[in-house]
Amino acid sequence: MAMRIVAETARLMGADRLIAIESAHIDGALYHGDSGTLFAEKLVAGGAKVSVRATLNVGAIDLTGCSRNRLPPHEHEMATRMMTAYRALGCEPTWTCAPYQAGHRPRAGSQVAWGESNAVAFCNSVLGARTNRYGDFLDIACAIAGRAPYYGLHKTENRCATVVFDVSQLDREWLSSDIAWPVLGNLYGRVIGNAIGVISGLPFRPWEDSLKAFGATAASTGAVGLFHVAGATPEAPDEATALHHREAEQRMVVTGAMIRDAQSRLSTAERVDRIDAVAIGSPHLSLEEFDRLRRYLRGRTLAVPIYACTGRHALRLLERDGHRQELERSGVTIVADTCVVVTPILPEKAGAVLMTNSGKFSHYAPSNTGYAVIYGSMADCVESAVTGKPVFGAAS
Amino acid sequence: MMLQGEVLLPGRSITADALVLTAPISFWGGVDPRTGAIADARHPEFAQRISSRVLMIPATVGSSSAAAILLELVHAGIAPAAIVLHEPDAILLLGLIVAREMGMTIPIALRLDRKHFAQFQNQRVSIADDGTIDLEKSE
Repeated sequence: MAMRIVAETARLMGADRLIAIESAHIDGALYHGDSGTLFAEKLVAGGAKVSVRATLNVGAIDLTGCSRNRLPPHEHEMATRMMTAYRALGCEPTWTCAPYQAGHRPRAGSQVAWGESNAVAFCNSVLGARTNRYGDFLDIACAIAGRAPYYGLHKTENRCATVVFDVSQLDREWLSSDIAWPVLGNLYGRVIGNAIGVISGLPFRPWEDSLKAFGATAASTGAVGLFHVAGATPEAPDEATALHHREAEQRMVVTGAMIRDAQSRLSTAERVDRIDAVAIGSPHLSLEEFDRLRRYLRGRTLAVPIYACTGRHALRLLERDGHRQELERSGVTIVADTCVVVTPILPEKAGAVLMTNSGKFSHYAPSNTGYAVIYGSMADCVESAVTGKPVFGAAS
Repeated sequence: MMLQGEVLLPGRSITADALVLTAPISFWGGVDPRTGAIADARHPEFAQRISSRVLMIPATVGSSSAAAILLELVHAGIAPAAIVLHEPDAILLLGLIVAREMGMTIPIALRLDRKHFAQFQNQRVSIADDGTIDLEKSE
């Protein structure tokens, strides 16, 4: 069945052959309804096993017990069965949307099959490995078959940028601020659609967590599988190389007005005088991001909870160093293996407002949780959680 | 005024009301798998139901979980009657490929250039199993 699914997809997408893959990241173990569980159990019943390294994206249940969700009993059982089935197929229980910060970093140029839109963007863009945007079912089918249809971003000629996204007119201080990258990602995703762009004119090399935030937001608002950053990402030592030494089809000079518009789109609530919760960690928080959280928090007690979403790879080290306990004493709820927009963890509350520093949470929280969102930096999120009121411009 | 779509995945001939999406959609977060309604408040067709419609999709964006939502819609009997895409999208169509592998009846999926979409908005549309698309003839 796995090979038939891979072959049928190859036919649909016009791929004339399959290629061997070195690893996979599986987005399929998140419960959306009983059908996905039944599919995974059908693979298990057929004796299928993954033939390459396969890490798992988030599930619907926090198996570490750090957080609780409100799934009804039937859904809770089916979601648990689904996670069990993917383990039985031989996948690693990483349960994170940031596998690239949990020790799964394919080398530049290697062929892989990754799911989860932010992980795809990071894998292609920041690591320089080659994957299409794999979805549920095809990711596990490729991991079992050890092969993927050879088309799209697996091929060198399709990884060429055609659009230049020129940020040289933007204020340098703003570009190095905490809020810049989700805002840029929101704009980039909307204007680029499924094209490939090269971000040009940056006066410095961005941090890995900045590129992670950019890719996640861009892949929420657009069909972004690959972006280049001139001077920073592996296939873009400079703008001309990212363009494969051809003329750009379009050169977009990003203005302050475009940035202000993009930033306003990251909030759905206006002029609120209180917040009900803060959510951070989409993609899952790295240890560096937890260090910043602790630095901003300074051991203070929160007025409203901060839900800090991460993977076991980070949780293990937080526990070792006593940081989990310290954060929980302040009123932080650590969410592992899952996150607050994929499973009902946030309390049900009419008219509730969520503050976040994540462009991806900002995009999906209104439809998936019912919370209106406001967007701010991590420092703003922490100050707001301490006071219960939205605070902007906190020192970071 | 008959148009020829390319059959991406075969299915039965149907006649149903068209719903033409006027903005790209992410099925995950954009469609409620329990009701078949568009759940993204920022989408222009917010709150319309896609179930049993000829769903015309100009472009897809966002999450790679779209196939799971579509499979769930088929499994729950609230899928679109037909899906017309401007270009084939592996992420979305996988939902139908897997539904077929699991023995479910799937809606026909076609490719048609999106420049033709607007005329079908809210019209009764007939789709034949060979991919021809037509406004329903009045008797």
